[in-house]
Amino acid sequence: MIEIRDLTKKYGSFTALDHLNLTLTEGTVFGFVGANGAGKSTTFSILATLLSPTTGDAFINGKSIIKEPTEVRKQIGYMPDFFGVYDQLKVDEYLDFYGASYGIPSAERKLLIPQLLELVNLTTKRYEYVDLLSRGMKQRLCLARALIHDPNVLILDEPASGLDPRARVEMRDILRHLKTMGKTILISSHILPELAEMCDEIGVIDNGKLIAHGNVAAIQAQLQGEKRIAIKVTEKLVEVRAFLEEDPLISAIDVVENRLEIVFNYRGTDAEQVALLKKAVMADLPIYAVSEEEKDLEDVFMAITKGADSP
Amino acid sequence: MMERVYNPVFVKELKLRFRSFKSFSGLMFYLAVLCVFIVGFLLVTTEFTGRGFFKPDISFIMFAVLSIVQMALVLFITPSLTAGAISSERERQTLPILLTTTQSSTQIIIGKLLSSVAFLVLMLIAGLPLYSLVFLFGGVAPSQVVSIFLFYLVTVLAIGSIGVMFSTITKRTIVAMIATYGSIIFLGGITAFFFFLTIAFHGMTAAVGNSWMSYFWAAINPGALMLTLISPEMGEGLTEVSGVSLPVWVTYLIVYSLIIVFSLTIAIRKLRANMKNNR
Repeated sequence: MIEIRDLTKKYGSFTALDHLNLTLTEGTVFGFVGANGAGKSTTFSILATLLSPTTGDAFINGKSIIKEPTEVRKQIGYMPDFFGVYDQLKVDEYLDFYGASYGIPSAERKLLIPQLLELVNLTTKRYEYVDLLSRGMKQRLCLARALIHDPNVLILDEPASGLDPRARVEMRDILRHLKTMGKTILISSHILPELAEMCDEIGVIDNGKLIAHGNVAAIQAQLQGEKRIAIKVTEKLVEVRAFLEEDPLISAIDVVENRLEIVFNYRGTDAEQVALLKKAVMADLPIYAVSEEEKDLEDVFMAITKGADSP
Repeated sequence: MMERVYNPVFVKELKLRFRSFKSFSGLMFYLAVLCVFIVGFLLVTTEFTGRGFFKPDISFIMFAVLSIVQMALVLFITPSLTAGAISSERERQTLPILLTTTQSSTQIIIGKLLSSVAFLVLMLIAGLPLYSLVFLFGGVAPSQVVSIFLFYLVTVLAIGSIGVMFSTITKRTIVAMIATYGSIIFLGGITAFFFFLTIAFHGMTAAVGNSWMSYFWAAINPGALMLTLISPEMGEGLTEVSGVSLPVWVTYLIVYSLIIVFSLTIAIRKLRANMKNNR
């Protein structure tokens, strides 16, 4: 379980993190969304015991990051957004070094390394030098490294950044597998729409403040404000448009003539939407299909971080 | 038992160091310089005839100069091996990951220092066959060689600790290296200048009693200690000039031990500088 209590980080007069509160239960996969500089990496650095908060505290399975950092390090696997590797180490030596750094006995490390390499699909690269691996392979190796001491919590800062589509898919598959293993995963990513299906909860951070938190659907509903509805007609496109323009809850009407489709924003409730459709049927308008366009998380992210630096 | 004393950073650093061409070329350069010096010395002494004889007192001079050349090489090489200990990890972005492992700051710093010192010890050992030429001609006691090597070890540990400290508190390796070379210049050069200055001042003012300051400046100077180890008469001379009879090596050992403790304490405390609980 992760509990973040009133976490604040200030650099002089600049507030990087502003009274962040968050509680995540065990096994949750939490996606962290925010523009560059919003406070995601600061939060992750604090949780990874690399940075002390100005005020507040965070607890990983009941251990304080301030008072018991060594205990916290045993429980977390951290993957930073930018990381380097040791040029002259081979893949198995790289993992062996980190295994030893977590105090894992040598005999145990020898058994663990092949298992981890299999998990991240790097078995064939076991005896190759780390610096000869591709970017995607290095990312997977770093993930294996973060797992070497079997942590309960994984903190992954932009694990898919800079990867080509194939490498992203591979990374996503590994993360899905880790989810089935019951790990609590905190992940930040600019490709969150791709990861949305595996995230149980999403948090949106802007200017150091958590402005939304909940499951993916709830966040979308909370942040979207208005729906984008598409209706299809068999004829009378002009009449239907005129009918819609009379409704004060409707805005941004777009007509797609070649598809006999009208798309518009609707900010009414579900009940008001039912009433609108009834009225349209009573007016004998030839509507044969109504659908709600789904905004993906990227749209939501762009909408709520409007004004901030684009990622 | 082995697992308990196993230092992952030390082992990793040794692996990386011995796999790098830089280490191989550095060792080669070091031995080449010693070889050139010894061969040159022998040729000059025998007047390029390949014959003649080699007196024990000449052998002693060779030992003395060889020891000073070796000290200069060690002082020159140590910063390049230690000043990048932490800053190079920072520069290649491997430090955050290392700091999130359960290794303590002390373990990391000690591992870094010992791996560098181990390489320097290897250099000194690799030079021993060349040193043994001195014994071939006599004139030098084995105890002198042992004391010189112990002196190297203490000096390397102290300079290495200073290098690791600067590497931890500065962000760039180049800055750490300049600062470490600066410390060597201070210990090897400026202290000598202060020594002569205080001696002159003591003489001019015709002060009565011991000149502790001049003794101190000489006692922390590696060159001065080296000279007293090579030639005990030098130590007696210093006692005469300063009036302090405490052996120079005692003060040197105390001061350099303090330097080691101070530098390593700073390095350990500053390694996780962004954390309140930084051990």
